[in-house]
Amino acid sequence: MSLIVSTISQGFIWSIMAIGLFITFRILDFPDMTVEGSFPLGAVTAVSLIQSGHSTLYSLLIAFLFGCLAGFATAFLYAKLNVPILLAGILTMTALYSINLRILGKANMSLTKSTNIFNQFGLDKLPTNFNGIVLGIIIIALIIFLLIIFLNTEKGQAVIATGDNETMAASLGINTTVMKFIGLMVSNGIVALTGGLIAQQNGFADVNMGIGVIVIGLSAIIIGEVIYPDVPLSVRLMTIVIGSIVYRLILMIVLLLGFNTNDLKLISAIILALCLALPTIRAQFLKTLRNGVKTK
Amino acid sequence: MKPLLEIKDAVKTIYNDDDNLNILNNINLTINPKDFLVVLGTNGAGKSTLLDAITGTNQLTSGKILLNGDDITSENLAKRSRHISRVYQDPKSGTAPRMTVAENLLLAKRRGLPRRLRLRKLNDHMEEFQKLISNLPTLDNRLNTFTEKLSGGQRQTLSFLMAIIQKPELLLLDEHTAALDPQTSKDLMELTSRIILEKELTCMMITHDLSDAMKYGNRLIVLKKGEIILDLNQEEKNKLTEADLLQYF
Repeated sequence: MSLIVSTISQGFIWSIMAIGLFITFRILDFPDMTVEGSFPLGAVTAVSLIQSGHSTLYSLLIAFLFGCLAGFATAFLYAKLNVPILLAGILTMTALYSINLRILGKANMSLTKSTNIFNQFGLDKLPTNFNGIVLGIIIIALIIFLLIIFLNTEKGQAVIATGDNETMAASLGINTTVMKFIGLMVSNGIVALTGGLIAQQNGFADVNMGIGVIVIGLSAIIIGEVIYPDVPLSVRLMTIVIGSIVYRLILMIVLLLGFNTNDLKLISAIILALCLALPTIRAQFLKTLRNGVKTK
Repeated sequence: MKPLLEIKDAVKTIYNDDDNLNILNNINLTINPKDFLVVLGTNGAGKSTLLDAITGTNQLTSGKILLNGDDITSENLAKRSRHISRVYQDPKSGTAPRMTVAENLLLAKRRGLPRRLRLRKLNDHMEEFQKLISNLPTLDNRLNTFTEKLSGGQRQTLSFLMAIIQKPELLLLDEHTAALDPQTSKDLMELTSRIILEKELTCMMITHDLSDAMKYGNRLIVLKKGEIILDLNQEEKNKLTEADLLQYF
């Protein structure tokens, strides 16, 4: 039971990162590799600040702002200097590795201070692992609420239109460059915030902890879409949370079956590949089924 | 009458390693308010490049573009969109597929205006949008339909409505019926003509359809290799037949 609660708790916290990734991957309609750098950026920023005596909330705020800066760098390369988005993300991600090392001063650092956001504000009085669930729900609710409000503003609609059809958006006078900046900055801000949270939950930050986060985020998004296809945008944000929890539960089952933890990234990639291929497999299956019925 | 649009000595050159090519070769064109100018020409004649230069999608190599006497040559696409709207040939180019018909219309309602951080007021405009599509059987009752679910004809009709919902000073139609089946194309062309007359719009329409070119518009030009080789007013146009026009291709 404790394992399931712990897994669900992880699912909630990681879904915040997936919501950030959703902004670029689904709303702006491009994959952003920056997240593999902005996630550890948030982690090292939060841990360094907490270790130097700052509050946990302040550390998360600065982690968010640093993530926004990382998004700004990618947006500048992509939207201003016309570097292809994949390359722009990889460039920022690579640069962030050195920056993260500079911030932390070494490859990893433990949170020796006993205070972290998971045992503050009365969360420590909750049963084991429920603090992650409660905190996750609060932050997710806040982020989804703010995102829904933003996406229903004129500016938010302009961001959606830019991702949907850039030619049309530009011909309607929308400054698509600014919209890409907004999307990338908010997205990486949220991803870095999650990095800060995960570091506090795990009790350490490591400059390599960003490897594979894009796969985790995409898995949550895709699983959510497979379970709940064709739902409005606001509901889609919530399906990401469900997708993230389901993804964590699948991983838990896989590990319980006796797979080596070293194979976790491989298993993650296989799960994502299967989810991505599922619509095609389903269509093929239905086609075969129909053809079979016709033959009979 | 003060001209609405003046294109002066417009040149657009494509630079190649061995040969430079003038897509637009010293174009001079004046469009007056309420003109319905039809543009004909073979593929590669420079028709779409001319529209790109007018909207600001592509800047001229040399020459000037004046709108209401103001030089807009160096203005970007966003600034020009306050005055100029365009319907593209591809039905997918003019609409946002994952937004509803009403959301698309609302986006177009603020064409050229800054997008602020304030809540959009979709419900305030639903009645107006409903009225706009009420006489169009293909779009009626589809305000809440996602655009990706619409047919090519429906999407192109929506693109056209988006271009005229906020009355443009100049409407550019870039072979906007070319990708549609004959009946849908005819319906959209009739709607286009009716609305241009009703709203007294100034319009520049590219087409490959000679019968449409003869039937619609009060002025006709033919482009060939980046130059205007024929410029006819209504009276001169009426004297021509489709066969006469063919000799210019």
